[in-house]
Amino acid sequence: MGYFSEIYQGAKSLVIGMRISLDQFLKNFRGDYNTPYPHKTLPIPERYRGHIIFTNDEAGKSLCIACKSCERACPSACILVEGEKKEGEKKKSATLFELNYTTCSLCGACVEVCPTDALTFSKRYNLANTSKAVYAKIDLIKDLENRMQKK
Amino acid sequence: MSAIIDFCGPWWPWVRMLLFLVGTAAFAGLNAAYLVWCERKIAAFVQRRPGPMEVGPQGLLQPIADAAKLLAKQMLTPPAVDTILYRIAPVAMIIPALMCFVVLPYGDALMPTRIDLGLLVVFALSAFNVISLMLAGWSSNNKYAIISSARVVSQNVAYEIPMLLTIVTVILVTGTTDLGTIVGQQGGWFWNWNILRGIWTLANPLVPISFLIFFICMLAETNRAPFDLAEAESELVAGSFTEYSSMGFGLFFMAEYVNIVVGCSLATVIFLGGWQTGLGNLLSFLPDWAAAFVGLGAFFAKLYAMIFVVMWIRWTFPRTQFYGLLNLSWKVLIPVALFTLLLSSILVKLPNLF
Repeated sequence: MGYFSEIYQGAKSLVIGMRISLDQFLKNFRGDYNTPYPHKTLPIPERYRGHIIFTNDEAGKSLCIACKSCERACPSACILVEGEKKEGEKKKSATLFELNYTTCSLCGACVEVCPTDALTFSKRYNLANTSKAVYAKIDLIKDLENRMQKK
Repeated sequence: MSAIIDFCGPWWPWVRMLLFLVGTAAFAGLNAAYLVWCERKIAAFVQRRPGPMEVGPQGLLQPIADAAKLLAKQMLTPPAVDTILYRIAPVAMIIPALMCFVVLPYGDALMPTRIDLGLLVVFALSAFNVISLMLAGWSSNNKYAIISSARVVSQNVAYEIPMLLTIVTVILVTGTTDLGTIVGQQGGWFWNWNILRGIWTLANPLVPISFLIFFICMLAETNRAPFDLAEAESELVAGSFTEYSSMGFGLFFMAEYVNIVVGCSLATVIFLGGWQTGLGNLLSFLPDWAAAFVGLGAFFAKLYAMIFVVMWIRWTFPRTQFYGLLNLSWKVLIPVALFTLLLSSILVKLPNLF
């Protein structure tokens, strides 16, 4: 490449670069910049997989019948279910449903296998705690109660 | 105004000096603080982020928080350093940068001192920062710092030459190195500014290229990206500033921004007509004091537009390699600057021959 054409090509590419960055610069004045995270958040996608939670019927009760299918289906053995048939009710219901989120791989086998669609993925992504134990035993029954109370 | 002068009597020169001292110090300090804020905002905007937002509205108190943090830090002197030079270096960096304000004219009456060699004084003082950076690197006794100082010296020597050559081409046209007179010559309409005047008076048709060379050299002299090989944080930690902490580092940081202000002010004065609005006699109906303010506004508009371009360049281009940097100076800028000098001197002297 000749001396002058090299200078010309170089200068041209610099101008193109500066135009691109100015374009990006000006877009901010139309409010078109990335989300300032702690103050604003983007909507979580429909198919986001957080840890599992109970779904509920109209009365706010869990649909779980304590069949233990999820416990058997879980490849990492992180679900623990106990259930009993309470008086006056037709089906069994769960008395204990613990999820060990520290070993969960979010494969979704439990959600797939559930015969009553009692399980679903939550959209919780900003979980943090100083103690690991909090996530080693997530009590889904209590979690459902808390959510219903908040409503 | 005259009442104040009368009141001060024989003390007026001293009062005036004190006012300018306080004024320029405050101007330099405020610029150093708030150009950091501008820099961060511009960086963020180019990268499509909102930038500093937490401290004060739009993050406007961020520089104050930064300054408070730097002041509160301990100033460490590592055991292996050359203590005296290590302490002198940051001070020797900021003092010449501040001293440049002595001759920079911001308005017809806003000149601390008017001396015939004003332009030369600015160059003499701004060349001093090479020595300060070299001292900082050398006294730090740190391999990164020494590599950085070696780079600074060769870079600044390489870029001083084309810068002074372009200045000589301008001086050929202006015929003076007094900054006040240079601005005075550029009055009237904006085509009288030095950047355009050379074209239609045929004194130097390549004067826009001279301006470009001056601007590139100014970036290199102030160690700004894409020529910030002295700091080069990705390869040399922080270059010459590696061992500095607290306000030792703060002074270098301030000096960088003060140097930018000085460089851009100089470019404004020499090429862009200083405090001249470039609107001919459209504003001649204004009283004197209003015209002075309009002139100051015009100066600042040009100054900050140039500083914006400096920052815009920083956040657009990656750092050059050292060979690329020296090649640009020795193979492109110096030959072109020499050619414009030759052309300009021929065109200035040619009419005298006939």
